Amino acid sequence: MSATVLATRGLRKSYAGREVVGGVDITVAQGECFGLLGPNGAGKTTILKLCLGLIDPDGGAIELLGEPVPRRAREARARVGVVPQFDNLDPDFTVTENLVVFGRYFGLRPRDIERRIPALLDYAGLAGRADAKLHTLSGGMKRRLTLARALVNDPRLVFMDEPTTGLDPQARHLIWERLRQLTQEGKTLVLTTHFMEEAERLCSQLVIVDRGRIVAQGSPRALIGGHIEAQVVEVHGPGVEQWMARASQLAPRVERTGETVFCYAEDVAPVLASLRGQSELAYLHRPANLEDVFLKLTGRDLRD
Amino acid sequence: MPYAKLLAPPVLSLRFVAVWRRNWLVWRKLALPSILGNLADPLIMLFGLGYGLGAVLGKMQGTTYFAFLAAGFVGSASMYAATFESLFSAFSRMHVQKTWDAILNAPMTLEDVVAGEWVWAATKSLAAGVCMLLVITAFGYASVPLALAAVPVVLLVGLAFAALGLAINALATGYDFFSYYLTLILTPMMMLSGVFFPVERLPEAIRTIAALLPLYHGVAIVRPLLGGQFTGAMLGHAAVLAAYAIVGFYVAVVLTRRRLLT
Repeated sequence: MSATVLATRGLRKSYAGREVVGGVDITVAQGECFGLLGPNGAGKTTILKLCLGLIDPDGGAIELLGEPVPRRAREARARVGVVPQFDNLDPDFTVTENLVVFGRYFGLRPRDIERRIPALLDYAGLAGRADAKLHTLSGGMKRRLTLARALVNDPRLVFMDEPTTGLDPQARHLIWERLRQLTQEGKTLVLTTHFMEEAERLCSQLVIVDRGRIVAQGSPRALIGGHIEAQVVEVHGPGVEQWMARASQLAPRVERTGETVFCYAEDVAPVLASLRGQSELAYLHRPANLEDVFLKLTGRDLRD
Repeated sequence: MPYAKLLAPPVLSLRFVAVWRRNWLVWRKLALPSILGNLADPLIMLFGLGYGLGAVLGKMQGTTYFAFLAAGFVGSASMYAATFESLFSAFSRMHVQKTWDAILNAPMTLEDVVAGEWVWAATKSLAAGVCMLLVITAFGYASVPLALAAVPVVLLVGLAFAALGLAINALATGYDFFSYYLTLILTPMMMLSGVFFPVERLPEAIRTIAALLPLYHGVAIVRPLLGGQFTGAMLGHAAVLAAYAIVGFYVAVVLTRRRLLT
């Protein structure tokens, strides 16, 4: 059993009488990549801010790297890195200056910061752009610089709030690669995301949060195995409504979103058989994934 | 946030220096336009009004109008330098660029950030005031050894207005919000603080109001110093400025806590 680096018990926070976090228990072990999943407004960012001691909880306890938070949040944050949801790099500084200035906030000595910079630039894939002005960087480069900045103090744990939102697939895969590298070095990652693919690929443990509460937790595989049928058939096209009436007898769970019908079953052979000869219906047969679990647990309604 | 925590006295640490140095590094890159903006405007006003109006007015309180106005402008230039930095620039860093959020993710507290911005804005005010003093001295309108004593006064004016500015910043909804403060508070203050004309000639009710204004106290110290006098009354004026600075900083910290930490 590896050491616990972050634990919350009964964490609560309300804003103007509305409960945003309603009794959250989280335990994160050293070296794992821990995912906080949830729809928009589920309370993910608030949980991160509470763990960092940036806002005070209304109830519950937090321990971050052995320090009680918020009381000793400053001491805990000295060994923590943060990648915020929105880039807040200094637009007036070069790549290197961003790292140097941020290192000073940790009380690091100039010599120590400068020694770390080549490795950080390398890590961010910005080795040739040490003196580049910030506005010349692409979105992916800025994200990688933000990640490198979060490592300036060589943290034991890195919090990431939606690390790949807004990036193209190439940039996203590069970030994933870099994050895996961090866990291989033994660092602990806590990330929020609403990309199920990201969570499935990166996280060893995750919790699904909805309306400020944890609705499920476990490894991605355990969640898929434990919460949902193994196979999915998605069907759409003219006449799907009449077909759905029949499909309900062929699969244990049949759901509809707009014009698409989702059939969930351990064995979808009867569903596929009934689709043969229905040339007007288009369908996709695939194994169930984390997104199916997520939608089952948090519903298919829009949250904005 | 419980009231006890919201209203708790700020805990200060030397970490604020890192915030000051961040702003200093940015300023170094933009120094020339910044100096021009801070200095050219009051100097053009000073030379225009000082010589132009001075030719019509003759002597004012036993000195030339240029010398009278110059002392006033040392105070008002310091006031505006601290104000613009603590309003527009601090608001950019707090609200638009989210620089403060980034800093708070490091082992820095909100007090460190507000203190860093406070001392930084006062530093810019000090620079503006000292530049004015240098120009005035070069033109022979300041008594040299005592003009040096005006330097810490300028810093005190800066700390007072930086604190007020940061308190307003914590309430701001956008850049336009600052127009209220600039138009409704600072412009009348400039008129009532003895910058352009002596307050002593005004009706008593207005003199009472003037005595509450921090700029009035700043000008009341700088003017005799540049004229070569040192009086005991200056300590009282300095105490009012110090009170504005300290109480203003506390209010700025509380309002910023309310804005960002709750």
